Amino acid sequence: MSRPIPFCDFCTPSEQLAHVDPKDLPPLPPPYDKWEEKPWTPLSQTARTEREATLDDTLAVGVPKPKNKQEEDELVAAFLRGLDKLFTSENNWTFLHPLMLSMEHCARCQTCSEACHTFVESGRNEVYRPAFRSEILRRLYHQRRSGGGLLSRWQRGGIELNWTTVSRLLELSYRCNLCRRCAQTCPIGVDNGLISREIRKLFSQELGIAAKEIHEKGSMLQLRVGSSTGMNSLVVKDNLEFIDEDMTTKTGLPVKTPWDVQGADILLMHNAGEILAWPENPGAFGIILDAAGVKWTLSSEAVAYDAINYGLWYDDVQYARVLIKHVQAAAKLGVKKVIMGECGHAHKAMMVIGNRVVPADMAVPVESTLPYIESLVDGGKLKLDPKRNDFAVTLHDPCNVVRLMGIVEPQRRILRKLAPKFREMEPHGVDNYCCGGGSGFAIMSGNNFGEWRTRIASRRKFRQILEAFQDDLDPKHPKYVCAPCSNCKGAIRDVLKYYEAEERVGIHYGGLVELIVNAMTDAKPGFLEFSAA
Amino acid sequence: MVLYLVPFAAAVIFIIAVVVRALKIRSLPIHLRWELYPVAHEKNARYGGSFFEHVDWWKKPRESSMAGELGVMIPEILLLKGVHEHNRSLWWRSFPFHFGLYVLAGFVALLLVGALAMAADVEVGPRAHGLGLVLHWLTLIAGVGGCALLALGSLALLVRRLSDPVLREYSAVADFLNLVLFLAAAGVTLAAWATADRDFFWLRGFFYGVVTFHFESGVPFPPLVVAEIVLGSVLLAYIPLTHMSHFFTKYFMWHDIRWDDKVNEKGGKMDARIKELLGQKVSWSAPHIQGEGKKSWLDVATEEVTKK
Ligand code: SF4
Ligand code: SF4
Repeated sequence: MSRPIPFCDFCTPSEQLAHVDPKDLPPLPPPYDKWEEKPWTPLSQTARTEREATLDDTLAVGVPKPKNKQEEDELVAAFLRGLDKLFTSENNWTFLHPLMLSMEHCARCQTCSEACHTFVESGRNEVYRPAFRSEILRRLYHQRRSGGGLLSRWQRGGIELNWTTVSRLLELSYRCNLCRRCAQTCPIGVDNGLISREIRKLFSQELGIAAKEIHEKGSMLQLRVGSSTGMNSLVVKDNLEFIDEDMTTKTGLPVKTPWDVQGADILLMHNAGEILAWPENPGAFGIILDAAGVKWTLSSEAVAYDAINYGLWYDDVQYARVLIKHVQAAAKLGVKKVIMGECGHAHKAMMVIGNRVVPADMAVPVESTLPYIESLVDGGKLKLDPKRNDFAVTLHDPCNVVRLMGIVEPQRRILRKLAPKFREMEPHGVDNYCCGGGSGFAIMSGNNFGEWRTRIASRRKFRQILEAFQDDLDPKHPKYVCAPCSNCKGAIRDVLKYYEAEERVGIHYGGLVELIVNAMTDAKPGFLEFSAA
Repeated sequence: MVLYLVPFAAAVIFIIAVVVRALKIRSLPIHLRWELYPVAHEKNARYGGSFFEHVDWWKKPRESSMAGELGVMIPEILLLKGVHEHNRSLWWRSFPFHFGLYVLAGFVALLLVGALAMAADVEVGPRAHGLGLVLHWLTLIAGVGGCALLALGSLALLVRRLSDPVLREYSAVADFLNLVLFLAAAGVTLAAWATADRDFFWLRGFFYGVVTFHFESGVPFPPLVVAEIVLGSVLLAYIPLTHMSHFFTKYFMWHDIRWDDKVNEKGGKMDARIKELLGQKVSWSAPHIQGEGKKSWLDVATEEVTKK
């Protein structure tokens, strides 16, 4: 039976509250059952001395240590101001309703714990229990609301408020993927994922503190330059031109990415990270759309050529700013509809959350690539031969698209048609596990956070992938993890690399459109290249 | 007479607390969509599918099934299906507790019906015939069965909360006392039945007084019957004041959040409301916002951040 972390320990300064012993990480399936887990790469001395790094073995935000007690008190006071604002309609109409209900009704039954991949795969380390961070915020909230009297402690449990509590809570909010798998299992409907997001939001919107990869180098950069990749409109166009040439050579099919076509049938929006990290993905889209005779376009408008919207993970204001730019660009082009490329959080940002942010008269219809591409596969214009995909394929369900949007079947129907050796991961569909990269983790790798993400947050996904391919572990036989989401691909890339899965088991990964192009008989064979095969 | 005031007061507190809480929840502003699949009213809820699975989904008629929602809600509320699936060891304790409460709600309803029958000169009891006899047995089974389930459940939950170090750390004092209160109420009712009220004659008599407004029975109630009435009333008033109000707020959690996939459409009520909300002043102070109660949501969402 695991020993909980006493709430009073959370508030008491110490060098490090929690530690995951690599020996406690649950063993992986063959051939990793004998894999020796290495010790953690330690945080640098500078990180330990200059940053608040007392939660666990890693650091996501790394807020600088206050210089003195006065500075600490000011930060705590700012946190309290933020806490008050979080529970007012003016400042948080966006999520007040679900937040209030989650604050009031948790029975602390811990039913949600086993649903969380991070908690379970950390060897059930108590610091990652889904209800842990929620309970800390809950106690702080009730204490604040009732003045912190004995009755409140008696009814809700007490907690000490100090800088240690506040700084650890900030870090802890970045140990959750916001995948909301735990919320699915809560018998009452409490949402620990939402609570993590609201904690991040409080810090960002009131104190201006957030993980730098998603704020400074993320949404801020996107709003300033046009994309979090740092690419401006000219560079994006250049890169796409290069990708077009490359794709034409590779497939023998002419590809030309159209820009800013007024009145196009579809405006395609990519996560710009694809252009740099996985150029074959936007390339494959171009090949399919051209082959299907679609009148499509990309937008070269700043912000709109990058579908990402990191505000979704931590800040409503940043979220709304980017969303409005996206919507305006689509409206300006007068396209019939927007198709979201293979990026899960961008799907949810524009299709679900955005639906109640932008007044309806401004909105442009937005559709997921998955049903849309399925309609092209079924439309008869693409000549496809499933035998070209004669290797084992499994499918990862991006949480944002599947559990949080209910787009489950179109991608499966495509795979059943085009990948004869398709097999499901278990569990899958709306019960899937997060890749470990959700909520920004995929792009966060400062200090040793990338290692923490790979070895703990992505561990369950890696386990599922291995289980799906247990029938043939021969590295000479290629296997493909289809992950139709940029961030998921990033996390899967890293975990496969860490465990040398390509060399040891022959596991590769990529998107869905790549598999489709690989099956196109008009294209030269071998669009997907499996180097180890 | 005083004894009659207790359940009346409790019922009034119960109703006021439930109404106030429900109104408070209802008065919260529209939130951004935050649904979680499967959404029970969707046609493809079986596997968690949604309207987003269709090309041009906005042109298709939205199919929403009330039966789908009820099909999930009813087993969830009555049988705690989610706990059964995700936390079986808790379910063995939690199910008797919750089901016991439902049976006891039925018990109170049966006592009221019995009292009304008596007021209409129908004899209710073990020697009665027809309806009176049926009512007697149903009441007896519901009363004893419900209390036994509740006592068992609350005791098992209490033992678990005390013995499991995780649950103990997460629990507040009130969590333990709540369970003790349930256990006491069920235990006292069982004791009253076993020693003084084998046919629930006294309890039904009490309800007879309630429905006929005869608040003087002439003969004093046995002390254990008085205790069960007082404890039952205290519970009735107390539950909606605590997090145990989830017995009805769960409806809002599921229906208004998990399953709320209503699309904001041009010219609709929701759209008008959202426009109003966007006009509210923001006071977040971070450098990239600096709302300070002067800028509206629309202002901060549309301002350029180039220099921030
Ligand atoms: S969030 Fe839900 S499942 Fe988790 S402890 Fe709270 S009530 Fe239980
Ligand atoms: S949202 Fe996901 S990562 Fe976060 S606590 Fe819940 S299950 Fe764990």
